[in-house]
Amino acid sequence: MALLEVNNLSKRFGGLQAVKDVSFSVERGMIKAVIGPNGAGKTTLFNLLSGFAEPDTGEVRFRDAWIHGRGPHQIAASGISRTFQHIRLFSHMTALENVTVGRHVRSRAGFVAGMLSLPWTHREEREIREKSLNAMEFLGIAHLAHDEATSLSYGQQRAVELSRALAAEPEMLLLDEPAAGLNMRETADLANLIVRIRDRGITVLIVEHDMSLVMKISDEVVVLSYGEKIADEKPLAVQKDPQVISVYLGEDEC
Amino acid sequence: MFLELFFQYLVAGLTYGTIYAIVGIGFNIVYNTTGIINFAQGEFVMLGGMIAVSLHSLLPLPIAIAAAVVLTMAIGALIEMTFIRWLVKPAVLRMIIITIGISILVREAALHLWGESVRSLPYFTGNEISAFSFGGVRVSPQVLWTLGICSVIVISLNLFFKYTMLGREMRACASNRDAAALCGIPTRNMVTLSFALAAGIGALAGAVVSPITQTSYSIGTGLAIKGFTVAILGGLGNSMAAVAAGFILGILESFSIWVMPTAYKDAIAITILLAMLFVRPSGLFGNKEAFRLKDF
Amino acid sequence: MKRYNHILILIAAVAGVQVLTAVLGKQFYLTQLTMTAYYCIAIVGLTLLMGFAGQISLGHAGFFAIGGYTSAVLTTLDLSQFKDSSIVSLLAKLFIVTSRQDLYGGQVLSFNPWAAFIIAIGLTLVIAYIIGIPVLKLKGHYLAMATLGFGTIIYSIVLGTQRFGAADGISSVPAFTLLPGLAVSGNTEFRVRNYYLAWTLVIGVMVLLINLINSRVGRALRAIHGAEDAAGAMGVDTARFKLNTFILSAALASMAGVFLTHYNGGIGPSEASIMKSVRYVAIVSVGGMGSLWGTLIMSTTLTFLSLRGYFGTFDDAVFGAILIVIMLFSPQGILQFDVKALLKKLLRKKE
Ligand SMILES: Nc1ncnc2c1ncn2[C@@H]1O[C@H](COP(=O)(O)OP(=O)(O)OP(=O)(O)O)[C@@H](O)[C@H]1O
Ligand SMILES: [Mg+2]
Repeated sequence: MALLEVNNLSKRFGGLQAVKDVSFSVERGMIKAVIGPNGAGKTTLFNLLSGFAEPDTGEVRFRDAWIHGRGPHQIAASGISRTFQHIRLFSHMTALENVTVGRHVRSRAGFVAGMLSLPWTHREEREIREKSLNAMEFLGIAHLAHDEATSLSYGQQRAVELSRALAAEPEMLLLDEPAAGLNMRETADLANLIVRIRDRGITVLIVEHDMSLVMKISDEVVVLSYGEKIADEKPLAVQKDPQVISVYLGEDEC
Repeated sequence: MFLELFFQYLVAGLTYGTIYAIVGIGFNIVYNTTGIINFAQGEFVMLGGMIAVSLHSLLPLPIAIAAAVVLTMAIGALIEMTFIRWLVKPAVLRMIIITIGISILVREAALHLWGESVRSLPYFTGNEISAFSFGGVRVSPQVLWTLGICSVIVISLNLFFKYTMLGREMRACASNRDAAALCGIPTRNMVTLSFALAAGIGALAGAVVSPITQTSYSIGTGLAIKGFTVAILGGLGNSMAAVAAGFILGILESFSIWVMPTAYKDAIAITILLAMLFVRPSGLFGNKEAFRLKDF
Repeated sequence: MKRYNHILILIAAVAGVQVLTAVLGKQFYLTQLTMTAYYCIAIVGLTLLMGFAGQISLGHAGFFAIGGYTSAVLTTLDLSQFKDSSIVSLLAKLFIVTSRQDLYGGQVLSFNPWAAFIIAIGLTLVIAYIIGIPVLKLKGHYLAMATLGFGTIIYSIVLGTQRFGAADGISSVPAFTLLPGLAVSGNTEFRVRNYYLAWTLVIGVMVLLINLINSRVGRALRAIHGAEDAAGAMGVDTARFKLNTFILSAALASMAGVFLTHYNGGIGPSEASIMKSVRYVAIVSVGGMGSLWGTLIMSTTLTFLSLRGYFGTFDDAVFGAILIVIMLFSPQGILQFDVKALLKKLLRKKE
């Protein structure tokens, strides 16, 4: 059984059909890419999967549960982490603190335990810190732990956001244009990183405009155009698909 | 007898409703150009009434009212220039707190200037007991004055925004501030103007209605809440709908006296406000989808 | 245990002030300082909501009043005439209703202050829960107006209801005996005890809140404040955390209301007024929104000065002015005020 299964998902904004009858599935342990021209509905699709928007029709199954209609925090708790196309870090918090929020789903101290500062919450905090630092080390940014997150460089902020998502130890990671704004070397590093993440057993669904990155790392590619799925194949097949080529040639060539 | 009472309540409701509508429109004017909800909006109505009453001891009635309106407009503009103008992209919370602070200062200044006593202008024509009769329904001439002048305000505002250069520039500023600035419209002055305009119409309404409702230093907060209710009921930014919403609220309040103690009358506006905020914050006539796109 | 250093300073300050008033023979200051302590509890609770969860409440005096009035009504209610009804006698058996002497020496059968306290807090929790669910879905202006509306409703109910004493409020509220020998009351004989009791409560509340903001919950609240949807994506149930914070801060305001009402022996409608709510917001702003200690310091200073009447007839105006000045020049609070930056800015403008 596929890890994630999307059936006939649709979403309308007023007169605009942002996602139309999209179905696909993601097998455990693969890197799957979603591509498409600007405004094709990729981010909207991610928002539907992560609970930020409610689908008009359609279903989403993750592992053995139907998750459409659940809130973002419930979906996060079920094992899906995401990053945003436009970086969203917590202001007035250090990079490490940002990442520790990622451990929220893996810890449980509530209002009463917190106010009473019960001994087990201290153990929990220590573990949160360790695991968060590990996630930052994995991305090579442990030395930035105590810098204010929003004052870091763009690439570093992306890394913080990614370690925050990884700190949650998700089963599936949704990345919305992680290479946007990165230079060529950073993009190459990112490609390696995503493969290493996959090798840790985390299934990756990635939206990306950078074709070389997509072709290099992904196992399968879904192509969206005006909200509709027009292809769902291996990278090589996508490159030869006449429909995909016409969509991309009509647009600016990437 | 029943029918007569019914119409008396209806007329009273309409009178109060127009005032709420004017305050609501004041909210809209400022909101459209700045994105700010000016919590001090009700104070302009209070100032208009109080200043007009004071000036009337020296000047003839029409001149006293005109002077009160001009003075209040100046105060409105001054408030904008001292407190608002030089803030660069302030956070919403910050603006809320500042305008609340302004409203308190205006009210406290009024308290020290005029004391706690309740005042009013004389009836413009006739007196408390003179009345026109419309098929058995007695209507005080001041009610007609209020309805008439408030209609003139609404109509001239509409003409101003549609047909004058200045009005169009203000609207351009409302729909996209940065673009308007690029076209050479002095957006900052437009904001000042919007405060002055909102203050002016509030003051005029405050002066005109004072013979009926009376005025005192403390009426501002209540009016602000009701004006805001009306603005929300009509859909924030939509001034014609605010007029309809004003009548709805005024009439509901007026008839509520039949079913509940007067002391709880104010709770009606707030209940409507809360219900609207929870169920349909885009307003009765607003577009739900378009509303979502607005950033708060 | 670095986080408790300030607590030790606070304890020393509380004791120091008491000794100082004793030495200087100015014990009467303790009365206002005790009242100040109770207001501080409400205000510190509001700081948690505004500064940490990032939600404004312009109706917090409403919760203070719910606590104070519930307790005042229940403890002054005379049930003697229902003495024989089965409910009242059952309540009496459970010590929820007890008999006491009133000021004129007559016997009154009314709710035990402990029971009234628990009912008041329970009622506050229920109301905060019911109000909080819809209100906290709102943002910005809408949230401000909705909470303002809630405050106004409580005020007009209090002012318009005969049972609540309308404009006069409720008086002759009895003392609240917490433990034998320790009663919340304005009796000057127990002034020092009450002073320590009130500030012990403040210290207790501070310890709990400091723990909370340093916990997973505090981190989640700051995350919500920093970027709400990202917090949601990381698994923070934003609605529930905001609601719990709202309820907690409402309960603290209500508790403050209960204690102050017993201490003053009564409560009036001005405690429920919008101006009171605005005042709380003003103090939280001066204290720096996100700083419990900043708020406590400013709250103690301003409330004490106000209660001693230093602001005269300008009492409300002072708080209005504070709001404006702080928000214009130093939205981070007065303790963070950056004089150099302001001077630099002004000088640059002149050039
Ligand atoms: N909340 C919303 N309300 C209305 N329209 C929206 C909303 N979100 C997205 N849209 C519209 O839906 C369409 C799809 O947007 P989406 O952001 O999903 O595209 P995308 O494929 O991610 O584009 P890009 O490559 O530029 O990120 C766009 O036309 C967009 O304007
Ligand atoms: Mg996108």
